[in-house]
Amino acid sequence: MKLAPEAEAMLAGEMGAARKWAVEHQLQVGRMFDARDLVEVSQAHMMADPESTGEAGVRLVEGFAALPAEERRVVIPMITDPRGVDLDYYDPLGQTEDMANMERRFIAACQSLGITMTNTCINYQTIMPPVRGDHVAYGDTGVVIYSNSICGARSNFEGGPSALAAGLTGYTPRYGLHLDESRRATRRFKVNRQPRELTDWGVLGAVIGKRAGSYWEVPVIEGIETVPTSDQAKHLGAAMASYGSTPLFHIVGITPECETIDDVGGAGLPAEEVSKEDLNDFRGTFGAAGEKVDVVVFAAPQLSLIEMGAVAEHCRGRKRHADTALLVCTPASVYVDAKSAGYVDAIEDFGGRVLQGTCFYQQFAREIGEANGWTRLLSNSTKIVNILGGYGYRPALASMEDCIASAEAGRIV
Amino acid sequence: MAKVLNCHVGIGPRAEGEALVANDNFSARYDLDRIGGVFSRPEHALAGQSYVDRILVLNTAKGGVATAWMLYEMKSRGIAPKALLLNSANTILAQGAALADMTLCDRFDAGDVTQLIKTGDRVKVAPEVGEVTILNPSDP
Repeated sequence: MKLAPEAEAMLAGEMGAARKWAVEHQLQVGRMFDARDLVEVSQAHMMADPESTGEAGVRLVEGFAALPAEERRVVIPMITDPRGVDLDYYDPLGQTEDMANMERRFIAACQSLGITMTNTCINYQTIMPPVRGDHVAYGDTGVVIYSNSICGARSNFEGGPSALAAGLTGYTPRYGLHLDESRRATRRFKVNRQPRELTDWGVLGAVIGKRAGSYWEVPVIEGIETVPTSDQAKHLGAAMASYGSTPLFHIVGITPECETIDDVGGAGLPAEEVSKEDLNDFRGTFGAAGEKVDVVVFAAPQLSLIEMGAVAEHCRGRKRHADTALLVCTPASVYVDAKSAGYVDAIEDFGGRVLQGTCFYQQFAREIGEANGWTRLLSNSTKIVNILGGYGYRPALASMEDCIASAEAGRIV
Repeated sequence: MAKVLNCHVGIGPRAEGEALVANDNFSARYDLDRIGGVFSRPEHALAGQSYVDRILVLNTAKGGVATAWMLYEMKSRGIAPKALLLNSANTILAQGAALADMTLCDRFDAGDVTQLIKTGDRVKVAPEVGEVTILNPSDP
């Protein structure tokens, strides 16, 4: 791979051990995907909850944090994905002091590197959305698919270590979605049933993601008649990325790179129908009407201020069932606005709890479930019900409205 | 007679071990009990089976970015697969293998690797040249 003189100096160790590690990491990954060189990136976003990093990951970053300032500070704006522990509310959830301490250590190490602890997976709604053509190094699949598809930015899935490497060097290997040819459609889907509420969009994303089934497939979707809101597009993308490991989609006439199907080279592809039956069959796998529900979760992705308002509206004048918990995850920045708008109070009056800067599935979900005796979980997030099956839960899916009604009834309505 | 499979240049050190094969996908977060060292997702083709020190042969990556940290974390505790062979890795698996110094190869010339290698085969992987050798092929 061809390196700029600055990256060569980093590789030679002239700019410290952290940057040397970072370029070596990028060379290994770049070689695997035949990258010709590195591309400059404007921002990095790192997923690094303590359940994923474990002690080993925390120590790695602490090692960098111990270096002199000029060797350890990131060189581009770098922000973080949700944390695993809300340090204001962990004991009641069944999280341990050890988990909280690991979190505290990791936060301190990140701050020493100059990373801003935004703790959010909706930075494209709350911080600085990337611009079309903007090369970035984002973690969290939901962030990447939204930024690529809706914003027209250019990012691969950058796991925590690679996002960190990008922050330390200001570059990432130029392969995959940084290249025009990888952004062209490879699968063509025709929708004839319009999604309406958030979960409809999530289910559509899940069905397409499942069928596309690989990081290297790019779905183009025809037949969407209304422009989705940012929250709807968020659920569509998050689910598609979760079920298909899909990092980019196009919607004809809606997303920026796809005014017509020819723009993404999709005209010659065979059209695959997404039928009402496909969508209903998928929902059927997460249906559990009438069953007792242990916990209702709104997360994955974290809620925007608009979603917080909608949850609050459904909660007003009602109370949750004594045997059913309600958790809502949102970034701290949204929490402040939601508090002043009265949304947090409405959710808490219902008996729910709003967690700041976390996302449920990244919070030691297995341990939380065991500590609280939770197995039947209900959510409006098509993404979270996919993930939590491996964590010992029996997840079920319903609309936001039905989730709140179920929390009130103690059973899935 | 050993059988050699050519693939794309991969990541990590040379490795040798016993294959555990399924036509299914892989995510450390979605599919594994990383403490117990077994596949925990009930729907996974390898549910209940131990992946520790095995050469895992699967179709592709699925899900999110957590696997990039998790391979490193798993390896630090010694409860990890020895290598990953896939038809198609995604960026996250490559990044995780790079951090963990774990052997990873994909894109096999002869077709579907989950058909070419059988569970129980003894396999040697040379990622730096993109070569996987089945030492005792059941189907030579």
